[in-house]
Amino acid sequence: MTSTFHIPTVAEMQAKGETPDILFWVGCAGSFDERAQRITKDICKILNHVGIKYAILGVEESCTGDPAKRAGNEFLFQMQAMTNIQVLQGYAIKKIVTACPHCFNTIKNEYPGLGGHFDVIHHTQLIQSLIDEGKLRPADGHEFKGKRITYHDPCYLGRANEVYEAPRKALEVLDAELVELKRCRSNGLCCGAGGAQMFKEPEPGRKDVNIERTEEIISTEANVVAAACPFCMTMLRDGMKAKEKELDIQVLDIAEITAKANRL
Amino acid sequence: MISQLLFFCLFFAAIVLFTVNARRIYRNITLGKSIDCSDNPQKRIKTMLLVAFGQKKMFKNILPAVLHLFVYLGFCIINIEMLEIIIDGLFGTHRVFSSAGNIYNMLIYSFELLAFAVLTSCFIFLTRRNVSRIYRFRGRELTAWPKTDANIILVTEILLMTAFLFMNAADFKLQQLGFTNYHQAGAFPISQYLQGLLPDTPSSLVTIERFCWWFHIIGVLAFLNYLPLSKHLHIILAFPNTYFSKLAPKGKFENMASVTGEVRAMLDPSVAPPAGEISRFGVKDVHDLTWKNLLDAYTCTECGRCTAACPANITGKLLSPRKIMMDTRDRLEEVGRNIDKNGSFQDDSKSLIDHYISREEIWACTTCNACVEQCPVNINPLEIIMGLRQYAIMEESMAPASINAMFSNLENNGAPWKYAQADRANWTHM
Repeated sequence: MTSTFHIPTVAEMQAKGETPDILFWVGCAGSFDERAQRITKDICKILNHVGIKYAILGVEESCTGDPAKRAGNEFLFQMQAMTNIQVLQGYAIKKIVTACPHCFNTIKNEYPGLGGHFDVIHHTQLIQSLIDEGKLRPADGHEFKGKRITYHDPCYLGRANEVYEAPRKALEVLDAELVELKRCRSNGLCCGAGGAQMFKEPEPGRKDVNIERTEEIISTEANVVAAACPFCMTMLRDGMKAKEKELDIQVLDIAEITAKANRL
Repeated sequence: MISQLLFFCLFFAAIVLFTVNARRIYRNITLGKSIDCSDNPQKRIKTMLLVAFGQKKMFKNILPAVLHLFVYLGFCIINIEMLEIIIDGLFGTHRVFSSAGNIYNMLIYSFELLAFAVLTSCFIFLTRRNVSRIYRFRGRELTAWPKTDANIILVTEILLMTAFLFMNAADFKLQQLGFTNYHQAGAFPISQYLQGLLPDTPSSLVTIERFCWWFHIIGVLAFLNYLPLSKHLHIILAFPNTYFSKLAPKGKFENMASVTGEVRAMLDPSVAPPAGEISRFGVKDVHDLTWKNLLDAYTCTECGRCTAACPANITGKLLSPRKIMMDTRDRLEEVGRNIDKNGSFQDDSKSLIDHYISREEIWACTTCNACVEQCPVNINPLEIIMGLRQYAIMEESMAPASINAMFSNLENNGAPWKYAQADRANWTHM
C-alpha cells in the first residue's frame, strides 16, 4: 500500500520556515513493525483528512526509553529521554500525539522531570476530540455497523493514565453492538507485553498472559476486538492465532477502525 | 479496690508494651530512605478519607466490602464502649455513661446490633477463608503462620463479641432481678435472647457478668498487643498509608536523581559529573527502599486482591505481589532484630533479593499496575519490584539475555529491535 499523500518531517517543514501544529510521535513499533505500520499510516490518513498541520521526526526520532526504564536500566532510559528532549526542544515542539500508550506515558509523566514539558495526547484522545468537533463521522453503511465489538484497555493508557473514555467514544459512534470484557477499565487485564516483557520469553507458568486475555475476548463472541497499543496488537494477534480464531475475530486498532469507518 | 488495682496494672502494662512495639515498628520504617510526601495536603486528606475512612476501593467487590464494613464500623463504634469499660475499671463504677439516659440506651442498642453483625461477618469470613475455594486465600505464600494469623484474628473477634453479648445478657437479667449495683440501663435487642441460656441465681449471673467483662477487656488489651506481631496492623496504618500514597498517575515511575547528574555530564562535557559516591543503584535490601515502601509492608493485611489480579500470578507464574509485601516485612523484621541485638545492623550475608524474592519473580512482572489499582489501602508492590530490577541491571548487569539484547539494540539503533536508525522512516515510502 503506497501512501497517496506526503508525510512531512519536522526538518522539512522547518526548511520551508514552517512549524507543525502537532508532532506525530510514531514510536518504534509504529516505525518498524509491519502490522503496526498500518496503524501508523491510518493515523496519518486521519490527520491528513481533517487538515491538521502535522509532521513526524522521521530518522531523528528515537525510542522514548520506556522498555529500558521498565527493565530497570535507568541510565539508558535517561540517555534516550534527554536526547529526545533536546531534539524536540530544538524544533520548539509544544504538542505531541503518540500512536503508542508507552510513548504517551513516558513523554507525559517522565520527561517533565528531565526538563521536557510537552502537551502530549494519545491518538485515541485526538480521535475523540475530532469526533466531538464533528470532523470525523462514520460513513453511511460502513463495515462495522451491527458488528459485535469489544475493547481491550492497554495498561499504560487505562490504569496508568486513566484514559478510558476516549477509545470507547470512537467505538460508540459506529452504531455497532459494543460489549465490555469481564475485566475492563481499571480492572483490565494486561496483554502480557508491558514492563519489557515484549522483549523476552515469559517465565514458566500454566499459560501465557495473552492466552488468558484471548480466551476472555473469545468468550464475548465479538467479531472485532479493538486495541489502542501496538504491543497489545501483537499479543492479541498471537493469542488469536494460537486459538485458531484469527479468521473469526479481527484485532484492529482504534485508529484503523476509525479510518475504515470514515472510508479514509 | 483490688480489682481496680489489678485493672490499672493490666491496663498500664498493655499500654507500655504496645508503646514499645509501636516504637520498634516506627524505628524499622524509618530505616528506609527519605522521600518527600508533604506536598498537596488537601488531596492527601481527601485520599485518606475516601480510601481508608470511606473504604472506597473495597467496593470493587460488594460482598466482602459489606461484611468488612460491618467489622470496621463495629470496631470503631464499639470502642466507645471500651472507654466506659476503662473508666468503670479504674474507678470501680458500673456503666458510668448510663446517666446519659436515652442516649445511652440508644448507644447500647446500636452496639448490640453491630456486635451481632461483626459476629456474623467473622463467621462468614472464616468460612470463606477455610472452606470456600477463593483464589486469593489459596496462594502458596498463605500457608503456615499467615493462615493461622488470619484465623486467630477472626476467632478472637468472635470471642470478644460473644463475651460482650453475654456480659450484656447477664447484666440485663440482673437488672430485671433488681440486684444491687445493676441499675436499669441500656437496651438489649440481641442479648435479651441469650437470657434463656443463663442461670437464674444472682450470684452465678454476677460471676458470668464479671467474667465476660474481664474477658472482654483483657481480650481487647491482648489483641492490641497482638497487632504488632500480626498482619492486622492495617486497622491503624491504613490511615497514614493512604495519606502518604502516590498522587501522580500510576504510570509515572520516579526518575532516579542520582542518574540524572551523571547522564547530563555524559551528554554535555561542560557539565561536571556529580560529586560524591552514590551508595547503590536500585534495591538490594530493605535499607534501599523508601520509608513509604516499608510502611506499605507493615500496612499489608495479606488480603491478596493484588495477587488475584496479577496477570503473572493468575497464569501460574511464581510472582505474587502479596508475597513481595510479606517478604519485605519479614526481611525488615529480621533486620530490626539484628539491630536490637547488635546495636547497629551487622551484615548477615542476606538480602531482600535472592534470599526472600527471587529473580524469577521480579522478571515476571508486566508493570501493569493491576496490583496497585486493587489494593484497598494504596500499597505499591510495583515500586519494590522496579527497585529490585534496577539493582539487578545497574549494579550486577544481571538480566535475561533477551533483555540485554534489547538494551544493546536501544543503545546502537535507538529502537528495541535490530533495525537501523536510518530506516526508521521507511514506512512513509511503502
